[in-house]
Amino acid sequence: MASTLNRDMAVTLNLVGLDALIKVLNKAGFEVYGPTVANGVIGHDRIDSLDDLPHKVTDEQSGGHYRLVDRDDGARFGYAVGPGSWKDVLHPSRVKVWTLTREPGTVAVSINKPEPVPRAFVGVRPCELAAIRKQDRVLAHGPHPDPVYQINRHDTVIVVVNCGDPADTCFCTSTGTGPAAAGGYDLALTELVDGARIHYVVDVGSERGARLMAMMPPRTMWPTTTGEHGRAEQVTAKAADTMTARLDTDLADRRVADLLYDNLESDQWDDIARRCLTCGNCTLACPTCFCTNMEDVTDLSGAVTDRWRVWDTCFSLEFSHMGPGPVRAAASSRYRQWLVHKLGSWHDQFRESGCVGCGRCITWCPVGIDLRDEITAMADGSGGA
Amino acid sequence: MSSPHTDPMAMTAGTATARPRRAAGGDNTTRPTLAVWKFASCDGCQLSLLDCEDELLAVAGHIDIAYFPEASSRMLGGPYDLSLVEGSITTAHDAERIHTIRDQSEVLITIGACATAGGIQALRNGRDVGEFIDSVYAHPEFISTLETSTPIADHVEVDFELRGCPIDRGQLIEVITAHLSGRPARIPSTSVCTQCKARGTPCVMVANGTPCLGPITMAGCHALCPAYNRGCYGCFGPMESPNVDALWDLFTQLGMNDRAKQRAFHGYNGWVGPGEIQS
Repeated sequence: MASTLNRDMAVTLNLVGLDALIKVLNKAGFEVYGPTVANGVIGHDRIDSLDDLPHKVTDEQSGGHYRLVDRDDGARFGYAVGPGSWKDVLHPSRVKVWTLTREPGTVAVSINKPEPVPRAFVGVRPCELAAIRKQDRVLAHGPHPDPVYQINRHDTVIVVVNCGDPADTCFCTSTGTGPAAAGGYDLALTELVDGARIHYVVDVGSERGARLMAMMPPRTMWPTTTGEHGRAEQVTAKAADTMTARLDTDLADRRVADLLYDNLESDQWDDIARRCLTCGNCTLACPTCFCTNMEDVTDLSGAVTDRWRVWDTCFSLEFSHMGPGPVRAAASSRYRQWLVHKLGSWHDQFRESGCVGCGRCITWCPVGIDLRDEITAMADGSGGA
Repeated sequence: MSSPHTDPMAMTAGTATARPRRAAGGDNTTRPTLAVWKFASCDGCQLSLLDCEDELLAVAGHIDIAYFPEASSRMLGGPYDLSLVEGSITTAHDAERIHTIRDQSEVLITIGACATAGGIQALRNGRDVGEFIDSVYAHPEFISTLETSTPIADHVEVDFELRGCPIDRGQLIEVITAHLSGRPARIPSTSVCTQCKARGTPCVMVANGTPCLGPITMAGCHALCPAYNRGCYGCFGPMESPNVDALWDLFTQLGMNDRAKQRAFHGYNGWVGPGEIQS
C-alpha cells in the first residue's frame, strides 16, 4: 500500500521531539495513553514521557503464542499489536448504565453519564484506527448510539504510528487497513530506525494535529527531506510485503461473505469445533467486537438496582438463549456465527467487513485457530483445515 | 427472558404483591430465616460469609440468621427459609443428616466445590479407602467413613449450586439477594477467560506457556490466579461447554506429561468433570 504522507505538511522529529510531543499532549490537558510493557506483553497505559515507551523489546506472535523478545536497536514502536486494544478505554468491559432507587410511592432513575475526559492515544496502529472507526459506526453514529461510548470517544486525539514490524499473525494488507494509515488521524508517525538513531516522519492529518505541532518547542523538528520521505515509504512497503507473502487474498471483499454463505453447512465448522474451546477469547480480544449484555445488581433490600453494561461474547450459551434454550448450542454454530458475522454479514449490516486484520483472534486463541487458514481452506473447497 | 422474575423492570418497580411472601426489610417476625450447615469440608466457604464484613451486617438486617454455629451459639430450630450447605457426604451419618436438613429447608443452596462436586476429598473415589485410612491414621479403628465423597445433589434435591473453592463472596451475596427478591441469581457459566479479558489480564498460556484450566473452567473468581501469573486450577468446576479434549491436547503441546495432566484435571472438581477424563 502506498504511503499517504503529505509532503507539504510533513515534519521529522528525533527522539527528543517525540518526548516533546508526549509532553505537549500532557501539558495541553489530555490523558495521554501509549504503548507500555507490563505483565509480559506490550499493552497500553498512561504515558508521561519517552521513558514510558517500550525500548529494546519486540514481540513474537503466532497462533496461540506471544512472547516478548529482545531487540538491540533504538526503536520505540518496533512491534505489532498486543492483547489489549483501544476498545478497553472507549468501550470498557463494564460500565454502569443507570441506578434505580425505589422509595415508597416513587421510583427514581439516575442515568450514569461519565464526565468527558480529553484523551490522546499515541501509537495507534492503522488497523486499530480502522477498528475504532468501525466501532464508531456502530456505537457512535448508528441508529442506537451508545451515550457512554460517545462521551469516551468525544475529541480523542489520535496519533498513529504506521507499522514497520508486523507479526506473523498480521494481515492488514488483506483487509485494506494498513500498514500505513490512510487518514482519519490527527498525526501519523513513521518510525525510521538506524541503529540507535531514531527519527519520526510526521504527517499532519487534521487542524488539531497542526495546532499540536505548533505547540512543539523550537529545534525539535525539521521539514521532512525527500530522503526521509522515501525511507518512510520503504518502512511500510516492506511491512506490506512481509504480510502479502503470508496471505495475498482480499479478506474484506464482499465475495468473502458469499463464500461463507455458500458454506454454512460445511463439515469444516465441525472440524473447527473439535479444536475450539468456546472460551470467547477471540471475540473479547477483537477490537471491533462490540456486543454487550446487561446485568442488574440489586441490593439486599431490593430498593436500589444498578444496571451494568458488560462485554458479552457470541461464544456464550446465554448469548443465543431464547425460550426453550440456546439457539446455538453446538460449538460449531457459535464459531460459525462469529466468523460469518465478522467477515460476512457485517457487509450486509454495515456495508463493510468487520475485520481489520490485526490478528488478535489468532494470537490470543489458546489453541491458535487461524481464520486465514479457515477461509483459505473453505475457498479451496478442502473442508477441514 | 420469559419469566416475569427475570424482567428487571418488573422486579425493581414491583408492587408489594409481586414481592416474595416473606420479603426483606420487614420486622423480625417476617424476616426469612437462614441456616448454614457443614459437612465434609474445610470451612472456607462458611468463612466467605463471615468475610462479607460490611455486607454481613446488611444480610443480618434482612435475614434472621437462625442457625450458623460457626458464627453464633444461638441455634434456633427449623423450619428454615434458606439453607446454605457446605461440604460433601462422606459418612453414613451425614448421608442421613442431609435428608433431615432438606426436610426442614424451603430452599437449599449448596456452596463450594465439596458440596457441589465432592471436593478434593473425592480423590478417594474409585480407590481403596481402607488403605488410605491405614496409612494416615494412628488408630484406623476410630475412623468410620464411606468409600466415596459425593456432592449433596447426589443425595437430596438442591435448588441452586454455587461453585468455587472457596466460593466468591460477591456471588454468595448475589445468591442471597436474588433469593430475597424472588429472582434467579445472575451467576455466569462462561469461561474464566471472559473474566481475564474483562480485567485486562494477558493470557498466561499464550504469553507465558503456563498451562491453565481457565478455558474449560467456569467464571466466578474474577480470574484471580492468572492475574498473579498462575494458571487456573479449576476451582469453579467446568464451564457451560468445556472442550476437555482440546485443552488436553494443548497441555501436551505445552510440555505436560499424562500424569501431570491427570493431576491438573483431577483437582477440586475432578469428580464431576470436566467431562470424561482421558487416560
